[in-house]
Amino acid sequence: MTETIFERSRPGRRAYSLPACDVPELPLDELVPEALRRAVPARLPEASELDLVRHFTELSTRNYGVDSGMYPLGSCTMKYNPKINDRVAALEGFRGLHPYQPEELVQGALELMVTLERWLSEIAGLDATTLQPAAGAHGELTGLLLMRAYHAAQGRSPRRIIIPDTAHGTNPASVVMAGYEPLAVGSDARGEMSIDELRSVLSDDVAGLMLTNPNTLGLFDEHIVEIAALVHDVAGLLYYDGANSNAVMGISRPGDMGFDIVHFNTHKTFSTPHGGGGPGAGPIAVRDILVPFLPTPVIERQADGGLRFTSDRPQSIGKMRTFYGNFGVLVRAYTYIRALGGEGLRQVSEIAVLNANYVFAGVSDLFDVPYDRRCMHEFVVSASPLKEHGVRALDLAKRLLDYDVHPPTTYFPLIVPEALMIEPTETESKESLDRLIAALRAVVADAARDPELLLSAPHDMVVGRLDEVGAARHPVLRQTFPDDLPTPEGDA
Amino acid sequence: MTDFVPHSDDDLRAMLDAVGVSSTAELFSEIPDGVRLGRPLDLPAGLSESELFADLERLAAQNTPATSLISFLGAGAYDHYVPAVVDAVIGRSEFATSYTPYQPERSQGMLQAIFEFQTAICELTALPVANASMYDAGTALAEAVMLACAHTGRTGVVVSDGVHPEYRQVLCTETAGCGSPPTPVACGAVTDLESLRAVLQEMGAGPAAVVLQQPNFFGGLEDMQAASALAHDAGALLIAVVDPLSLGLLAPPGEYGADVAVGEAQSLGGHLDFGGPYLGFMAVAEPLLRRLPGRLVGETVDAQGRRGFVLTLQTREQHIRREKATSNICSNHALNALAALVYLSWLGKQGLPELAVLCARKAAYLRARLTQLPGVTAFTDGPVFREFAVRLPRPAAAVAAALVEQGFLAGLDAGRFYDGLDDVLVVAVTERRTRAEMDAFVDALAGALAGDTSVGQPPQAAHDD
Amino acid sequence: MSDENYPQDLKYFQEHDWVRLSGDEAVFGITWFAQDALGEIVYADMPKPGVAVTAGETYGELESVKAVSDVYSPLSGVVIESNPAIDGEPGAINDDCYGQGWLLRVRLTDPAEIDTLLDSDAYVKFLETA
Repeated sequence: MTETIFERSRPGRRAYSLPACDVPELPLDELVPEALRRAVPARLPEASELDLVRHFTELSTRNYGVDSGMYPLGSCTMKYNPKINDRVAALEGFRGLHPYQPEELVQGALELMVTLERWLSEIAGLDATTLQPAAGAHGELTGLLLMRAYHAAQGRSPRRIIIPDTAHGTNPASVVMAGYEPLAVGSDARGEMSIDELRSVLSDDVAGLMLTNPNTLGLFDEHIVEIAALVHDVAGLLYYDGANSNAVMGISRPGDMGFDIVHFNTHKTFSTPHGGGGPGAGPIAVRDILVPFLPTPVIERQADGGLRFTSDRPQSIGKMRTFYGNFGVLVRAYTYIRALGGEGLRQVSEIAVLNANYVFAGVSDLFDVPYDRRCMHEFVVSASPLKEHGVRALDLAKRLLDYDVHPPTTYFPLIVPEALMIEPTETESKESLDRLIAALRAVVADAARDPELLLSAPHDMVVGRLDEVGAARHPVLRQTFPDDLPTPEGDA
Repeated sequence: MTDFVPHSDDDLRAMLDAVGVSSTAELFSEIPDGVRLGRPLDLPAGLSESELFADLERLAAQNTPATSLISFLGAGAYDHYVPAVVDAVIGRSEFATSYTPYQPERSQGMLQAIFEFQTAICELTALPVANASMYDAGTALAEAVMLACAHTGRTGVVVSDGVHPEYRQVLCTETAGCGSPPTPVACGAVTDLESLRAVLQEMGAGPAAVVLQQPNFFGGLEDMQAASALAHDAGALLIAVVDPLSLGLLAPPGEYGADVAVGEAQSLGGHLDFGGPYLGFMAVAEPLLRRLPGRLVGETVDAQGRRGFVLTLQTREQHIRREKATSNICSNHALNALAALVYLSWLGKQGLPELAVLCARKAAYLRARLTQLPGVTAFTDGPVFREFAVRLPRPAAAVAAALVEQGFLAGLDAGRFYDGLDDVLVVAVTERRTRAEMDAFVDALAGALAGDTSVGQPPQAAHDD
Repeated sequence: MSDENYPQDLKYFQEHDWVRLSGDEAVFGITWFAQDALGEIVYADMPKPGVAVTAGETYGELESVKAVSDVYSPLSGVVIESNPAIDGEPGAINDDCYGQGWLLRVRLTDPAEIDTLLDSDAYVKFLETA
């Protein structure tokens, strides 16, 4: 039976220790008037340190990470998070830096940042990089605001951004946040953006186009140069969603494909840990025409060789977040790139693509394959054939848990029914891939002989399938305490 | 080179066979020649792990961390002690290397932790619902304003100058595509409420929200009750930007009628990390639940009646609602939220108020000592929590620079952000600052103001972590 | 959940809504087909009294756990009230879509539109071809 930390608490227990007060112990009324003070203390836990450690250790055993096993999640690039990255990030010379310290005292940090900017620009095939965005979606918003500023400086205000119907949900959401209208274009029989449809919607009201290449189907869009030319012809800009960068590092660069803005997800391509949902980082690289609009501050090298922040950038869009970037995450990305070098990054992409093709070869006969093409670092198949047994992609996913395999991405991209998107990444061994193949084959076999096994799965987890309908109809989003007053209109 | 690709040559041969190609190059045949790089990436060659670590140590050694100095720098990033148990928990790879908990059966640990974090934020803010984290206070504020605009159907927002300047800049930048520029209200040590009243009256239809920070950038305590009344009278929401540690002592947003509370929770178990990743949080009043951005964890049961936790109300989010989502946020700062939860659990019900009072007493002591120096007056003269501003007889930036050589980070020069405040220094005092350190600082500052930089050596005690 | 049925005494709209007429008022809801396609409904976002609705345009949303669907108005009018019961019990829309799970009561502004609606047999036929 799970207990929350609040339920584990006992009055009077404590873990904390604080230094004794070595200054005059002014009474509270002399510090802050009663009217401004809190009347009722927050009902935080009361537990010993060992209680806390046992609680969180137990929670960790009900969780799963890359260190536990494989995550074949398409579009997530769940590769191994090297431990050396953690050791480096914990160095006090990085961890103990206050963002407002004088620049003379943080030259190493500034050096790391400008070097990482340069490396990411090189990997992207573009001219400059900002490390500010905290995540891919944040990078998307930054890139779209750069587009807006660029067009405004040209005296133009186009309103629409083209996105493919296979786009990740953050793309249209970011478009709207940036004040644009999304315009979806369909995919053709080869799973690529339909050139004909694209031509039909292009106009001078198009500010830009967002794409990832390879796309969310795991397919390389061979028309990318033509797409770029068409968009540039109407004075639009191209934005590259870098979620799938793991497929092409050192082989093909988005800047060379014609993209003007590129975001990277360091928690995908550059091995920084996912942390159960974050923090990641979403640095963006840009073509020189966009450099004046980059967020401030920007790091500049002085005549004496020292590095300084400057905000003297009149055309800058402003600031996308407090301070400079998710430095603690970026240190890990820097360390990873430094460890691998260009040769290592190229090898990453070659093996990522090989691993995906290997798994595809092992399972493609089981499913509907929507596009008869070679995949890149991930592939999408449809679990529609399972419908004849009365089971769906969701049920296959839950049954995989019984084989101790984490399910792939399901029901994305939206244009493939009962979609399964599988991305093994380059750090999985042949045995690991064989296990995945065997598990998928076993589950499909289960579907044919005893579909109930899938419908009632998973069986051996700490919980079975959870009542998500109830959770949404009557949301319980925080602990209830015995001394809670009844709320007038029901629970939160 | 360090690499993490596991395959031996035998593995590669077997796999290439299974795929039906003779080399990995064939797998890239669909990439047109015109977009092939055709040369190695221009990056330094990879390093073995020991060389790699030496290289990064060299870079780290070129920094002098605030934690090794006597630091009074605050302004949104605070040098509190991070107990060992926090890093021990978030270092567990079952948490750190885990993915977003979309498959709940395999991620009950993280889901429950987030549920507990949401609860803790609700307890601190006295608001009924909180999300699973955001990037930082600036972006959380931007999202709060967008929420207010969506809820009220209005486009304007009124923001006190006492809100952290970087949060205000982020707000302007991020809402450039979807709102009108914020209308400022003047702030001295505290927000000028008469100005706020006047601004609201002039606005006709009224703004979507009024934003104040508590404590404000100068450490001053605002009359949030009055601000709340003014906002609501104008039909606007009150967005309170609050410091979570201060809520161990100060009245929480729920008590003074704030509709949304956002803030920076770096001081809850987070390291300084040169500005990020930090921890934005957002809590809202009940009617705003369905507009809340970010992930939410809810409690439920399975078919056997066992309690479990799931991501819920996902229809608000981008992966379902796409262009109509409450926000584009996908990745959040979950691991930082876990750190905050562990820290708050370690402090506990007794420890949080005790720590808050300790900081307040130390801040009061230092302000009293500093304002006894000739020419030094309190800019923030009312009650304060952990931070306050003083006016110096010389430019604050020069004084602070002189004190660096003696091992002190004196605080932030307000002139960096505010015109006409070049002589104002914003000083933060955490529980890490001892009386001896504060006394030495006062002596050093006295010397620097008198033009003599040889006095006030820092005490001998080392500061390792 | 009831079996598939399309009561004879109701009118139907091709966006899978039903209409119960009563003088110059009408009650709207979604058909069995629609609630079945949506899955278990967790939330209904309905317009407030006094809001105008227009035939063929959306007036609200229905949410299941993993999807959101627009609800289309079969006729034009002004909202009198939305069903208060579905706020706490949206499942009624699945379990009793023609009865307890009604969505909106409306005062009609263009009764001539009624002629464009389908009867039960025509709607069933429409479902077969769609």
